[in-house]
Amino acid sequence: MSAVGIVGRRGARRGRSRLLRRHLIGALGAAVVLVMVLVAVFAGWLSPYNPNALFDPRLSPPSAQHVLGLDQLGRDVLSRLIFGARVSLLVSLTSIGLSLVVGGGLGLVAGYYGGVVDNVIMRVMDVMFTVPSFVLAIALAGIIGPSLTTVILAIAIVTVPTIARVTRAPALTVRETEFVSSARAAGAADLRIVVRHVLPNVTGPLIVQATVAIADAILIEAGLSFLGLGVQPPYASWGNMLGTGRSYIGLANGLSVFPGAALMLAVLGFNFAGDGFRDVLDPQLRGP
Amino acid sequence: MKTYLPRRLLAALLAAVAVSALIFVLVRLAPGDAVTMWVGQEGTMTPEVRDTLRTMFGLSEPIPAQYARWLGNAVRGNLGYSFRSRLPVASLLGSALPITVELTALAMLLAVAIALPLGIISAVKRDTPADVLARLLGLVGFSMPSFWLAVLLVLGSATYFKWLPALLYVSLAKSPVENLKQMLMPAVSLGLPLMAVLMRMTRSTMLDVLGQDYVRTARAKGVSVRATLWRHALRNALIPIVTVLGIQLGRLLGGAVIVEQIFGVPGVGTALVAAIFQRDYPMVQGTVLVMGLLFIAVQCLVDLSYAYIDPRVRYG
Repeated sequence: MSAVGIVGRRGARRGRSRLLRRHLIGALGAAVVLVMVLVAVFAGWLSPYNPNALFDPRLSPPSAQHVLGLDQLGRDVLSRLIFGARVSLLVSLTSIGLSLVVGGGLGLVAGYYGGVVDNVIMRVMDVMFTVPSFVLAIALAGIIGPSLTTVILAIAIVTVPTIARVTRAPALTVRETEFVSSARAAGAADLRIVVRHVLPNVTGPLIVQATVAIADAILIEAGLSFLGLGVQPPYASWGNMLGTGRSYIGLANGLSVFPGAALMLAVLGFNFAGDGFRDVLDPQLRGP
Repeated sequence: MKTYLPRRLLAALLAAVAVSALIFVLVRLAPGDAVTMWVGQEGTMTPEVRDTLRTMFGLSEPIPAQYARWLGNAVRGNLGYSFRSRLPVASLLGSALPITVELTALAMLLAVAIALPLGIISAVKRDTPADVLARLLGLVGFSMPSFWLAVLLVLGSATYFKWLPALLYVSLAKSPVENLKQMLMPAVSLGLPLMAVLMRMTRSTMLDVLGQDYVRTARAKGVSVRATLWRHALRNALIPIVTVLGIQLGRLLGGAVIVEQIFGVPGVGTALVAAIFQRDYPMVQGTVLVMGLLFIAVQCLVDLSYAYIDPRVRYG
């Protein structure tokens, strides 16, 4: 019988310890994110070499001088990983920032005004949802032509629907509350109501969603760069390092392992942090 | 149900039309029109030739008319001709689509086969080492980029088994065993992230369901643990799981693009990437459209499956 556990006496205590553990995961994620930010900001100081400097012999394994070895052109892998963190963060933060402004704005407008406006905006978002985001990003990047700007734009565009949806739902609820109707009765303009009363009530879910969206953005950037449609050489991106590195399996396996590990750690960090934020900011969504 | 089915199908149809419009607009974002694309940027031509070609391609018509004609052709199965191979896009996709469907179906199958038992065990044996281990696997799997996993699988098999996956694709019809052997690694790399998501979902909904009165009642009246779990608990936990499965198909199709590329699987993803690099816009249009349609079809199936899973669901 004990197999099918029904929450009993120990339920409350368990609940508390679980919360602690989840905060631990969130804290762990935040720590990874913090390290990544520091690495990206201080890349110039931290990296042992110029990421584009050439050394000999090419494809050499990890050594005392080059901790993670050299790539196919003789560039220091560690230095490129460090600068790759900068690219990864730059792309993901700007694209999600952009997406927050556009998607958040659309979601607020849709939720606050409702009716036809809401319908039109959300149906367009639905259509965008229908094409898998990575496929849409590939098509956008390929059609406009690969560059750093294109990648940022493509990621921003494909994440707008998610952000808009997440913003709209609470905006819709807040719109019906008494404090909004009293603000309206007091003669406040729509813009003021949205900024002062609605926006603060949607920031919680929005922060959670944005954190997870950053993890996705990092993955999309890496995927595009892996295919050669994202960040272009000679700039180091974890994705393009992995994309070229896989041609050297058997010769220099590190080229396929290290960038992927960095990528996964970053994604893990943002996902964990998102989990933590969810617990703190959005108690209703707290998972068991 | 009688009124729901046509309504749901109509909604799917509208979604399909809307997606086609989105893709039509998307391709028109490209620099230069179809004539310059077709001739190639490097080619030069006299204004007369250009005008003739523009009329031939129907580019002198207004955009809505162009779209209407393209849509009309698409409905009749004519998606235009590939700029490169000059073959009909529809027939190129006809050979690529079943491969992608097989790959994603295999990935889903693998994911479900592992995620359901793992999620149930994790929920039942909550807070035990087994649960912690399963959840750790879930968290890590969720953050694992499928293309890195693919690269690692290739690397691992090359290093430890001195074996590399064959890059010459063998179709399922030709040799099922050979084909499945080839598809295994792509399906595993594609399925792991999905497995993680499903496992987490299964665990949390099962925990929810296990706390319900009817589960306690079932146990109290002497139903075995196994029967309670499978017949009473899982059945009720299935709806959110199926919903997530449907939504995750989008992610799966996106992942398939890279994974197919890595393993040389000639599916829709490989076709899309090749088309992008060759600036073969009719192919780009066709591949994105097909993926969108596949997604819409599965969403539709998911919605219809609710009534089958849970007889209480009535579509009004």
